[in-house]
Amino acid sequence: MSHSVLAVENLTKRYGEVQAVGGISFQVAEGEVFGLLGPNGAGKTSTIEILEGLREADGGSVLVCGYDPQTQSDELKHEIGAALQATALPEKLKVIEALHLFAGFYKRRRNPEDLLKRLGLVEKRTAFYGQLSGGQKQRLALAIALINDPKVVFLDEPTAGLDAQVRREIYDIIEELRRDKKTIVLTTHYIEEAERLCDRVAIVDHGQIIVQGTPRELKQASADKTRIEVRLAREESEEKLRALEGVSDCRTLNGIYVLHCQRPPQAIVSLVKHLEAQANELVSLEIATPSLEDVFIELTGRRLRD
Amino acid sequence: MTNLLTLTRMRVRLALRNKMFFFFSIVMPLGFFFLYAGVFAKGIPKNVASLLGPVLALNVMGSFWGLSATLVMFREQGILRRFHVTPATATDMLVSSILANYVLTLPTVITELLLARFLFHVPSLGNLLSVLLLVSIGTISFGSLGLVIASVTNTMQETQVLNQLLWLPLIFLSGATIPFTYLSSLVQHIALFLPATYLVAGLKRAIVDNYGPEKLLLILGSLTAWFLLTLFLSSQLFRWEPEARIAKKAKLYVAATAIPFLLLGIWENRYGRVIAQERVAVERLDEADRAEHQAKQRAQRQDANQPDQDDSDHK
Repeated sequence: MSHSVLAVENLTKRYGEVQAVGGISFQVAEGEVFGLLGPNGAGKTSTIEILEGLREADGGSVLVCGYDPQTQSDELKHEIGAALQATALPEKLKVIEALHLFAGFYKRRRNPEDLLKRLGLVEKRTAFYGQLSGGQKQRLALAIALINDPKVVFLDEPTAGLDAQVRREIYDIIEELRRDKKTIVLTTHYIEEAERLCDRVAIVDHGQIIVQGTPRELKQASADKTRIEVRLAREESEEKLRALEGVSDCRTLNGIYVLHCQRPPQAIVSLVKHLEAQANELVSLEIATPSLEDVFIELTGRRLRD
Repeated sequence: MTNLLTLTRMRVRLALRNKMFFFFSIVMPLGFFFLYAGVFAKGIPKNVASLLGPVLALNVMGSFWGLSATLVMFREQGILRRFHVTPATATDMLVSSILANYVLTLPTVITELLLARFLFHVPSLGNLLSVLLLVSIGTISFGSLGLVIASVTNTMQETQVLNQLLWLPLIFLSGATIPFTYLSSLVQHIALFLPATYLVAGLKRAIVDNYGPEKLLLILGSLTAWFLLTLFLSSQLFRWEPEARIAKKAKLYVAATAIPFLLLGIWENRYGRVIAQERVAVERLDEADRAEHQAKQRAQRQDANQPDQDDSDHK
């Protein structure tokens, strides 16, 4: 891993009787997009808000850009940008004024006009915040998060509550930031978001990281959940298919044989050989690789949005 | 300092785009001015001068209302928490509120003074330096009271209730609406514990009796001490987060802000001159009215006698 700009060690946070964060540890390298994936109430927002210096941790250590958010919050705030989950701006503030307003707080600042162009807000330059759509408000939130050319950008549920098309627009913007090698920490409960945008993902549940790694690593760890879905010309015995090399289970669903595989390549080879021997034919074959949702279900026994 | 100016500019800009601001900070104070000067004082210059202090005080005191409501609205809508993630501090947020409030209040006060001088022909506005000092310290200290209200209330509803509870005694017991001498002796002595009473009295003395700042030091000092206490308290109780609730115990800290005027009230009740000065001012005004009335009657009598003399001359 290259130079680490963010290091969290055994972080804890409690609200009364509720243990929101129960000993989380992770590191984020410079230029990396790191995602905290988990259901609502998993402790993602508490974690990110401690990193931003908005909340005080109960225990553990945190360093962001070399600063402790609890004791060096003033210095830290010049180095980070954030799009918070539940936030707003005054209704009668114009888009361009909002950018100038926030630019005024920082030592280092980017040209507001450039950010308007980059985030597709030029046409809304003089519109009031109250007149913007949900997607435009979120794009403005991203523009404000970038106004100080931050070393680390925190995005807390950047697409929550937005429709699919607007969500994809936000993904494009984040992917552009990723290409620019901006260090990003984001929280999400959308699988697609984590898979598409993050270099590494930590799956969080009940205030703890269950597993972390690249989306590919996490899915590989759950490789026996790869499914091969086949249609055959003639009926076949489930038991015989289950006995094939590389196949761990087989079920029939609406005429489709679903083979659960630990080693998909071997399973396909042995399936083809078996069908030739039986003078049967493959009508169609689809491979469904496990998603992060499958990984989450495997590890927690629940769906992300349960 | 840059953060402070940036936030102050934003607050002024937002206020100028707010219809409610225009009504409560411009239309209503000027409406009060014309009611006092045109109706209560009947446009008579010396009466206008004596009511100018109360009308300016109403304008200055009213600022706490809008200030507390705006800050609570910012907190409830999650606007404050967005600023929390920037290098802006709680003190920046609080002081910018007071500065913006001052910048927005001063033009109305100046307009009222100019209208009194040139529309109602008040011969003298008294000691303008004292008026400016009282208006300035009054605006920032009552603004700071608004910040305390925003700090100790959890919802907009609570804020409005507390504003109402404070506003009524401030305007009815201070001499800003009901003349101080009309109040019963007991109420007058209670009113001596209110900052508003001293603001009204100070402005009257500065305008009518031409008091310089050196004669108003006690009032100016008490208002300044009150401002510092309320600002300190509000910075200690400031909350960025909408869900953050203030402990009931903390609400008792507000009692600490009463200390300057509790001490001044005790002193005034024992040795003070505010009540006596008010009586003298009213007597002087009554005397002037009587003298004017008598002069009018004499003139009428002379006019009535004049035709008889003219008739006898003809004869």
